Amino acid sequence: MSELNRDAALEDQIAQWRAFIRRRQAIHAVDVAELEDHLREQVAGLVAGGLSSDEAFLVAVKRMGSMDSLSREFAREHSDRLWKQLVTAPSETGGAGPWIDTQALVAVGVAVAAAVAIKVPAFLGFPIDAHPAFYVRNLSLFVLPFLAGYFAWKRRLAPSTVRWLGLAFVVAAVLANVAPFAPTGKNPDPLQALHLPIALWLAVGIAYAGGRWSEVSGRMDFIRFTGELFIYYVLIALGGGVLTAFMALTFQSIGIKVEHFFQSWLLPCGAVGAVVIASWLVEAKQSVIENMAPVLTRLFTPLFALMLLAFLGTLLWSGRAVTIDRDLLIGFDLLLVVVLGLLLYSVSARDSSAPPGVFDGMQVALLISALIADVVALWCIGARIGEFGFTPNRVAALGENLILLVNLAWSTVLYLRFLTGRGPFARLEKWQTDYLPVYAGWAAMVVVVFPLVFRKG
Amino acid sequence: MEIGKDLIAASSTPIVLAILAEGDSYGYAILTRVREVSGGRMEWTDGMLYPVLHRLERLGHVEARWEVAESGRRRKYYHLTSQGRAQLAEESRQWKVVDATLRGIWSELRLTLSPSPAASPLRTAGT
Repeated sequence: MSELNRDAALEDQIAQWRAFIRRRQAIHAVDVAELEDHLREQVAGLVAGGLSSDEAFLVAVKRMGSMDSLSREFAREHSDRLWKQLVTAPSETGGAGPWIDTQALVAVGVAVAAAVAIKVPAFLGFPIDAHPAFYVRNLSLFVLPFLAGYFAWKRRLAPSTVRWLGLAFVVAAVLANVAPFAPTGKNPDPLQALHLPIALWLAVGIAYAGGRWSEVSGRMDFIRFTGELFIYYVLIALGGGVLTAFMALTFQSIGIKVEHFFQSWLLPCGAVGAVVIASWLVEAKQSVIENMAPVLTRLFTPLFALMLLAFLGTLLWSGRAVTIDRDLLIGFDLLLVVVLGLLLYSVSARDSSAPPGVFDGMQVALLISALIADVVALWCIGARIGEFGFTPNRVAALGENLILLVNLAWSTVLYLRFLTGRGPFARLEKWQTDYLPVYAGWAAMVVVVFPLVFRKG
Repeated sequence: MEIGKDLIAASSTPIVLAILAEGDSYGYAILTRVREVSGGRMEWTDGMLYPVLHRLERLGHVEARWEVAESGRRRKYYHLTSQGRAQLAEESRQWKVVDATLRGIWSELRLTLSPSPAASPLRTAGT
């Protein structure tokens, strides 16, 4: 064996050792670097003493001590490390440090840019209080292009992808603001305001996945990201609420009212900037903090299943008629969204090779009870929809209901197959991730086709 | 000779502090020095030195800095602080008391120190 080969083999062994020790939570990268220096020195010493590099490596690893007791010692000394910390990067390791700092800087820069962007129309004579409709229909365009841009930069997207995403946002801006798609008059169109962000979220997803959109795991990561982003955003919003309350309180004590500043600066700028910051946090923390969405899923899946079963039981027992109007249909849509969310995040956190367990049974109970509840609701509204006629809102709500129903029904079938051992769990994952474009497609249709079909007058 | 775990743990602080009092050093060199001074009779599990160093760093007895060694690798060097020097003096006083006490008792007992029974009084002394 040549000198070079021997070196390569040793490097290989050291790399494996490093990867192995890196998995210990209590031992940080910077400690691994220190231990690796030790290991190399030891190997060099032993080789100089006449051992082959293979033997030297084995002896050096053995002398390092058992990994379990070593990481126990580290954990005892650095007990804080077992509590996942809010540090974004160990500052001394070098290597990863500058890149993470750059990411933080760029994220803050992008957040500021989004915050400035939402103020630009105000400087051009479109203040928020006077033109609420303009802001409502364009809200997603003040945030999502920046978010997509951030991920395009971070994932180093191919220029052609960037061009397509840019085109998508330009088209969205046209649709939101140019007749016949844009609503006329002062009142915002809630349908468009709701569906444009859903359609554009797909563009963010493509930027997020960064070339892995075609893979199940890439789309699954995006699902995970969406859930964590939602949780982080809610937390940031709560913090922001506390901050504002104290701001109002303290300024009130000196006789200054901050309402105007709050409404036209803090709230809009904070709300858009926080999306970017929350996204950056989700990315920076994904390995540091336990993912919350699956934890909440575990907690609420049984509770929702119980609630739905209780509802169905009461319905049967009391024999009451289900009266449903449009608002209630939207309510049932939301219920299906929640059930879908519970399904998605338990799927995203599940080890797909694990055998079926109690929780899976609970999941199926939830799915089936949600399906039955929704079919009852659909049955009732189906009878009345002819009576009321078709309005865009009703069609949109109905369409969404059907889309979710199809998804959940097929998911139930796949889940049952998995429980009875007739199909792998991965099929369910693939079905869920393949279904993502359907939501965006339907949302895009609501934005593009509905204004043409349901044109007034 | 196998020295008990507790005694190793108890003696590691003064030993490391004393070696660093000779000059700044790093993990591997500290272990080499321990072997050299003890004539190979004190065998530390290599990895265990590092949590000890980190504890001393946290307590402010030593300071760490990263340098690029002649091999081109980054290496963490430890330096004894003045507080560490004071700690070393204190440890040295304590160990002398323990040593003197043991010597006194053993000379009265006229113990013949054969290798195997020696381990047990040493271990209790360490705790």
